Amino acid sequence: MRGREDEWTGLMRSAMAGDDAAYHRLLKAVTPVLRAAARRGLARAGQPPDQAEDIVQEILLAVHLKRHTWDSEAPFAPWLFAIGRNKLIDTLRRRGKRVFVNIDDFAETLPGEVPQETASAGEVAAQLGTLPQRQRDVLQSIAVEAASIKDTAAKFSMSEGAVRVALHRGLAALTAKLRDH
Amino acid sequence: MDTDQLIRSLAADNAHRAPRVGAVLTMALLVAAPLSILIFATFLGVRADVMSAMHNPFFDMKFAVTLSLAIPAIIVSLHLSRPEALLRGWGWLLLLPVGLLAVAIGSEAMMAPAMPMTMRLMGRNSRVCLVAIPAMSLPLLAGALFGLRHGAPSRPALAGALAGLVSAGLAATLYASHCTDDSPLFVATWYTLATAVVTAIGALVGSRVLRY
Repeated sequence: MRGREDEWTGLMRSAMAGDDAAYHRLLKAVTPVLRAAARRGLARAGQPPDQAEDIVQEILLAVHLKRHTWDSEAPFAPWLFAIGRNKLIDTLRRRGKRVFVNIDDFAETLPGEVPQETASAGEVAAQLGTLPQRQRDVLQSIAVEAASIKDTAAKFSMSEGAVRVALHRGLAALTAKLRDH
Repeated sequence: MDTDQLIRSLAADNAHRAPRVGAVLTMALLVAAPLSILIFATFLGVRADVMSAMHNPFFDMKFAVTLSLAIPAIIVSLHLSRPEALLRGWGWLLLLPVGLLAVAIGSEAMMAPAMPMTMRLMGRNSRVCLVAIPAMSLPLLAGALFGLRHGAPSRPALAGALAGLVSAGLAATLYASHCTDDSPLFVATWYTLATAVVTAIGALVGSRVLRY
């Protein structure tokens, strides 16, 4: 447990220092843990586990957009799990459930079997359709088609800077829509 | 979009750097402050006898009290803008103005009273105080909420209440230079009431706008 969390903290420090690959590795590493915790939380609230992936994606977006609130001197896991709890509670409230989120759902204990598959979630995909054309194109290109920023810029005859701006705005707009819908 | 694809897009956006919450909060308060100062300059202004008032320790005490509210409230609100932060261990900072007021009330009680207690408490400006502090707070409150929106507070209503304390503390600092009531009893009553109003507004608005 300790080792895993120290590794996360190290990856996040590298990510904040500009290492995109470390950031990618970190997000991949925390996702199965978040997924298992979201399923546990939903099960405890008597909800079907099929919303778990929506929660995971909302957590990942919040982690991304709020990572400037992480103190690089502090361990990463408590910060991550606090966001996880917040998003689980939000989801349950939105569904009109009385909320009893067990603090352990996002605690530092890892379940033995962790579902590894990547799952599709409905809400991000649905909100993607409501974004302005350019943001949607850029997100589609980078996320789904796995194109680089450079290739995406060439494809849409945009500057790389404009692609970066559209990507960031698209992610921020997605998050706002998920929060407010 | 599946989760792996989402992660890919987040990693591609890693180069984007957001400013710290403290920087955004500072900027937002600096943008809002001129509006509050404009309200102050238009309707209130510094009291006429300010030069002689400065020799009265109870006049100076008002600024110590209001600033000991505003500054710790800024510190605590920045702490609470982190998702994993708890109020525990930090809440005592918010008791500083209460302690200062208690000391001031105690020292005033030990002096030969210039006025009867009820007159010191009621003062001459209680109604102005109750309107002016909230009015000057509103621009600052909007600024504080805007700044804290950049954070990720796990308790939005609490963070909003802190934004209320920040703005009321700063507005009361301005107001203190206008008001001729210097008794700590007056401050403890009317400044506190005005601050409570602003804090309640902050909590109410914060519970909506500070969710992340």
